[in-house]
Amino acid sequence: MKRYSVFAVAREALRYHSGWERAWASPEPKKKYDVIIIGAGGHGLATAYYLGKNFGITNVAIIEKGWLGGGNTGRNTTIIRSNYLQDPSAAIYEKARSLYETMSQDLNYNVMYSPRGVMMLAQTQHEIRGYQRTAHANALQGVKTEFIGPERVKELVPIINISGPRYPVLGALWQDRAGTARHDAVAWGYARACSDMGMDVIQKCEVTAIRREGGKVVGVTTTRGDIDCNKLGVVVAGHTGVVADMAGFRLPIESVALQALVSEPIKPCMDVVVMANTVHGYMSQSDKGEMVIGGGADGYNNYTQRGSFHHIEETVRALVETFPMISRLKMLRQWGGIVDMTGDRSPIISKTPVENVFINCGWGTGGFKAIPGSGWAMAELIAKGEPGPLAEEFSMWRFREGKFIDESVAAGVAH
Amino acid sequence: MSTRLSSGGRLVNKDKPVEFQFNGKRLKGYEGDTLASALLANDQMLVGRSFKYHRPRGIVASGAEEPNALVNLGQGGKFEPNQRVTTTELFDGLYATSQNHWPTLEFDIGAINTYLARFLPAGFYYKMFMFPRPFWKHVYEPFIRQSAGLGKAPKDRDADTYEHFYAFYDVVVIGGGIAGLTAALEAGKSGARVLVMEQTAAWGGRAVVDGVEIDGQAAEEWVAASVEALQAMENVEIRTRLMGAGVYDHGYLLAYERLRDHLPEEKGPRHRLWRIRTKQIVTATGAIERPISFAGNDLPGVMLASAVRDYVVNWGVSIGDRTVVVTNNDDAYRTAIVLKEAGLDVPAIIDARQGGAGALMDEARGLGIRVETGKAIAKVKGKGRVTGVAICAQAGQGGVLDEIACDCVAMSGGWSPVVHLWSHCGGKLKWDDAQAMFRPDPAKAPKGASGEAFVITAGIANGHLRSADALVDAFEAGRSAAKAAGGKVKAGKAPVAADADEATLEAIWLMPQGASIKLRMKAWLDFQNDVKVSDVQLAAREGFESVEHAKRYTTLGMATDQGKLSNINGLAILSDALDQPIPQTGTTTFRPPYTPISMGAIAGEARDELFQPIRRTPMYQWHEANGADFEPVGHWRRPYAFVRSGESVHDAVNREVMNTREKLGLLDASTLGKLIVKGPDAGKFLDMMYTNMMSTLPVGKCRYGLMCNENGFLSDDGVVARINEDTWLCHTTTGGADRIHAWMEDWLQCEWWDWKVYVANVTEQYAQVAVVGPNARKVLEKIGGMDVSKEAIPFMQWADGELGGIKARVYRISFSGELSYEIAVPASQGRAFWDMLLEAGEEFGVMPYGTECLHIMRAEKGFIMIGDETDGTVIPQDLNLNWAISKKKEDYLGKRAQERSHMADPNRWKLVGLETLDGSVLPDGAYAVAPGLNSNGQRNTIGRVTSTYHSPTLNKGIAMGLVHNGPDRMGDVIEFRKVDGTTVKARIVDQVFYDKDGEKQNV
Amino acid sequence: MLTLKCPYCGVHADETELHPGSEAHLKRYGPGSSDDEFEGYLFMRENPKGVHFERWRHVYGCGKWFLAARDTNTLEVFGTYSAQTTEPPQEIKEAITAKRPGWSWREFQ
Repeated sequence: MKRYSVFAVAREALRYHSGWERAWASPEPKKKYDVIIIGAGGHGLATAYYLGKNFGITNVAIIEKGWLGGGNTGRNTTIIRSNYLQDPSAAIYEKARSLYETMSQDLNYNVMYSPRGVMMLAQTQHEIRGYQRTAHANALQGVKTEFIGPERVKELVPIINISGPRYPVLGALWQDRAGTARHDAVAWGYARACSDMGMDVIQKCEVTAIRREGGKVVGVTTTRGDIDCNKLGVVVAGHTGVVADMAGFRLPIESVALQALVSEPIKPCMDVVVMANTVHGYMSQSDKGEMVIGGGADGYNNYTQRGSFHHIEETVRALVETFPMISRLKMLRQWGGIVDMTGDRSPIISKTPVENVFINCGWGTGGFKAIPGSGWAMAELIAKGEPGPLAEEFSMWRFREGKFIDESVAAGVAH
Repeated sequence: MSTRLSSGGRLVNKDKPVEFQFNGKRLKGYEGDTLASALLANDQMLVGRSFKYHRPRGIVASGAEEPNALVNLGQGGKFEPNQRVTTTELFDGLYATSQNHWPTLEFDIGAINTYLARFLPAGFYYKMFMFPRPFWKHVYEPFIRQSAGLGKAPKDRDADTYEHFYAFYDVVVIGGGIAGLTAALEAGKSGARVLVMEQTAAWGGRAVVDGVEIDGQAAEEWVAASVEALQAMENVEIRTRLMGAGVYDHGYLLAYERLRDHLPEEKGPRHRLWRIRTKQIVTATGAIERPISFAGNDLPGVMLASAVRDYVVNWGVSIGDRTVVVTNNDDAYRTAIVLKEAGLDVPAIIDARQGGAGALMDEARGLGIRVETGKAIAKVKGKGRVTGVAICAQAGQGGVLDEIACDCVAMSGGWSPVVHLWSHCGGKLKWDDAQAMFRPDPAKAPKGASGEAFVITAGIANGHLRSADALVDAFEAGRSAAKAAGGKVKAGKAPVAADADEATLEAIWLMPQGASIKLRMKAWLDFQNDVKVSDVQLAAREGFESVEHAKRYTTLGMATDQGKLSNINGLAILSDALDQPIPQTGTTTFRPPYTPISMGAIAGEARDELFQPIRRTPMYQWHEANGADFEPVGHWRRPYAFVRSGESVHDAVNREVMNTREKLGLLDASTLGKLIVKGPDAGKFLDMMYTNMMSTLPVGKCRYGLMCNENGFLSDDGVVARINEDTWLCHTTTGGADRIHAWMEDWLQCEWWDWKVYVANVTEQYAQVAVVGPNARKVLEKIGGMDVSKEAIPFMQWADGELGGIKARVYRISFSGELSYEIAVPASQGRAFWDMLLEAGEEFGVMPYGTECLHIMRAEKGFIMIGDETDGTVIPQDLNLNWAISKKKEDYLGKRAQERSHMADPNRWKLVGLETLDGSVLPDGAYAVAPGLNSNGQRNTIGRVTSTYHSPTLNKGIAMGLVHNGPDRMGDVIEFRKVDGTTVKARIVDQVFYDKDGEKQNV
Repeated sequence: MLTLKCPYCGVHADETELHPGSEAHLKRYGPGSSDDEFEGYLFMRENPKGVHFERWRHVYGCGKWFLAARDTNTLEVFGTYSAQTTEPPQEIKEAITAKRPGWSWREFQ
């Protein structure tokens, strides 16, 4: 693989960019792989990447029914943070955040990780207590956060209205090393790195069956033929239920539509990410200048990648209240993605009832920020056959034991 | 140069001049102008700078598809960035400035990027700016952010208002051109309720510009007559300046009305968002002309051929004196003819087709226009604006055959139907090879709730470019929609239009077809985002083969026009690079809205006080007038404390606690949930709802109860009173009233529907006052009306009666540990009762208290608070509430869940009291630490603080917390970690800090 | 933006009048049930891409819970019916069969 650098760009400029290689190969599927990953989104690609990088397993295919990064990886609001309350969540999200810090250099692909800071507003007494608790928990988890007062909020975000008549801002939980990254680039960077390690990223190839013998997986049937494997990782987010069905087991998952929207681009006016959970809205400004806004999830099962407009109204209403200046901006585009929700809204990284089938799902509304940590933990699970410390609490069997990882407790929503 | 013609301009009223400002220059226009036509009339060709290279940008279109000409409009509270000049109607005093440049539009430092363009191809930023690592955040990103963006951020609060509108129709027709009007007429005649909308201020669309003849009338006359006919129909509503913004599932249509954008000084909402439910939608949205990709096609002065024509016909504005027309279809000839007829020069029509055009070519030649067939533009000449074109053969690589001086280039690459609304909700497209366009596939229309199609497309939007065909199609569409919506369709005849025969279009995606890389690097696809033919080709070479990849990698179509001009050209280039047919490449997804709509309109009226409903208790106004520091609790606002002058909030809270403990306090407890549960099976039902046994509660008594969800977690608590044999009154938390009511209904309706129970939420029917403190009984006795003695109403009992002439229900319950009566009176008399208590209580030292005082007093007594001691993961057993869990019952909600291994684990953290060794207040939410780290390197913890206060009564910090083995470790000292890294030592103690034996409440 | 007809009051209710309530026809397992049964009841929700049965409450209307048969992939509604039944009525099943021959959902088909 030719390395990307400013010098490479300059060299190519002189020959009108005729010498750039493909970012990733487009191979025909082989007969058999050591590991097949279903789903070439961020989580699937990251899993493959760390299988290669951490465990030297490179005879790997990542199979994607559409185009790589085309699911929730390319539809989210790009927020990266790790200010979670519960230990297992904080561990995996902080692992992810720390990997994001060096991802551009690691992958030799600029994913534009921008540690611009994320603040979660406290607008009720209850939220103040919740975030103070999170700040205490984070300090012990090695996650650097602090609870800040309204004046500091205003200083960091001059466009915010801290004294609205309904929900004045009383403070915020602030994580200064949290931020955003360019979502597509994360998928592309991983795909390029996987391809470079000799892995096959196979797009437009839909898995139609999972073949088992004696309770063990032996391969998959796809729209491009049968492919054998020793181990299978299922990393398909919203379609997890559909794929688990093929493997013959059930999961505590429901799929719903989650929406987002962007404004037209404007010159920089907000340098940090702000989440306002009492009024239900969050916003950041992309490097292009668009205000990127996260909306709510529908409460009913939905596979359409379209949501209901009243969620957009609720979100925009909340943000106009929080940032009055956006009233005169315009919504450029709205869209939806299908997210998979578990019983406690935390993910599953787990062995399954089928031997050598491993599952990674249930990221709900919080998947993008977890990508590298999720891939790291999933790679370890697949390589060793047993979960490591990052994954062990995220078993699919925790619900029957009543051992939840519930993040909603501190008013923290998992966006 | 562009200028106003002495004649023409069907939309402008030359009797009404209008003055406006652009970049400080005072300019003149007329009523009926758009800002675009007015700028062009003043020779303001340069109107902005592009996103990436800061190239000079001029107006390229005449409608919603305009990618370039965006301005900052207005000032102060009326400022708005990124206003499209082509859809901004001119008004007197309009104030606009251009965007995305520094220091000035004419001299922009950022334009240096255009010289670096070679080094900044598609996706360059993914390949560089990686070293050194901190530079991304501190150097590269700020630079990129500053040079990106377009308009300025608004600074002031929006001075305008907005509103929402609900509407219901059988048929909504989107588009007020001849197809839309035809469809609307047919739907209207059927008796269906019809809305027809037009996004601009004028009816008629393109036909009136092109002078089509319909049923023997000029289009303009036919349109006027049709609009009049529609107006006369009572079942039809017609609106201009109303845009179909988005089509959603089950016939939901979002429309955006611009009421005051053109009348900014008039009162009333600026925009109105229509939320429409309709049985059928007809999209008669027309088509958008495509640019052609040739070198220099982005220079100001290069414009869509139809736009050049629009400016002459509609607004009497010429873009240049000498216009070269370049085309691959016949329609652009109309532009040449219109220009010639207006007395302007058309040095040549460059037609890429070998065979040229049909009848229109003869007409053009007849006017003396030179027509070059099989030719192409090698490049446009000029710096900052067009000065000429170099001509070459379309078949070649760009060898220049001739140069023609001109100041305007009118280009037409064919037409793309506006399929956005068709596509929003799942309508599919098919590729029409002959016309080189994606058009709606009627076999794959958006389906509604019934599974039947609910969108029909009509006219040009359906791919019928010729007026004659479009009218027939629209006629049928209107009838089909009416029929599907239940209207009665009568026999009729479609209007007949006469169009000249046209030669077929030839798909031209690059000009000339063998253009060299140097030319391709100057052939723009997306003018705003600076995406060129070479960029898309690079993306394809690098493996970005999916149309979504190519879009995201190059940013093609991601500008504010969402690719209205660039998408089809871009995916044709991509398809060519991938050697695959265009339909195999497919399109990107069309998402709402059709054009951007204001956030203000989406938010509607819900701002400030109206942002969310406020619930007020009957005593609210007294609180407001007496220093209440409110806190939001759900939609309620409750006094946190009543602050007197000279006091801090903290002082006020301490005063309220001491006064209540020593004398008399009043709490407005009206927000507490009150649910009546009634019926023969009510007792059995409540035994399932609560962990306690409620069926055995004697009439006249009260019992504290706990509710869990099916996961076993504590979800609400409150005192239940048995009113009579088959009636219970359940108090819930303030936040729980609606939730618990819904929860009860859920179980009664969906699980135990044969149980005879009714539930009524009477929360707002009663005002409730807690009369608390040693003097509580005295004040009630003074008011008089019923016996409130210990004997008449013992602790945990209730009685009905009258107090001061007001019907009252008196509960002897206490959440403070003091002698306490909670008194419910009819809501309408709540304020009178409150005032009565204050007056009568004066001699007993009465003071109202707020929620913080309530919290402190309950913490001093070791009472739990839902939301503090519980967080959705806590079970009653964690809070040592086993006494409130009936052992006799086989079942209650949550019981099975609490048997699961983790729930029954003896190692769960349990509730204890905590006292710091130094008397300080433990930080809220602090964790107790244990030695060592867990397997993820996180510090081990053994407990956490759930409630913590300074107790004014005890004058020290008190707290409750959940601690591992806590109840077995009384007296032990554990360490809590503060956020600054230091620790506080606290002793595990009994959670009841005050009046451990409960003597004070039971007097 | 769904509309569902409330079978109690007959109103074609807009989604904003309704409250979704997840899967229909759940059988409650209480004390005495096995871990499998309890886990199945509380967590293992049907999540089909296609025919689905679910609960809705006409919360800003008559307040009644009702059940709906809906396709989660097209949002087509096959019918709504009373919540006070343990299985879909025959006419609902037939309506689905007419549109989606061969459908199945849990034990129903």
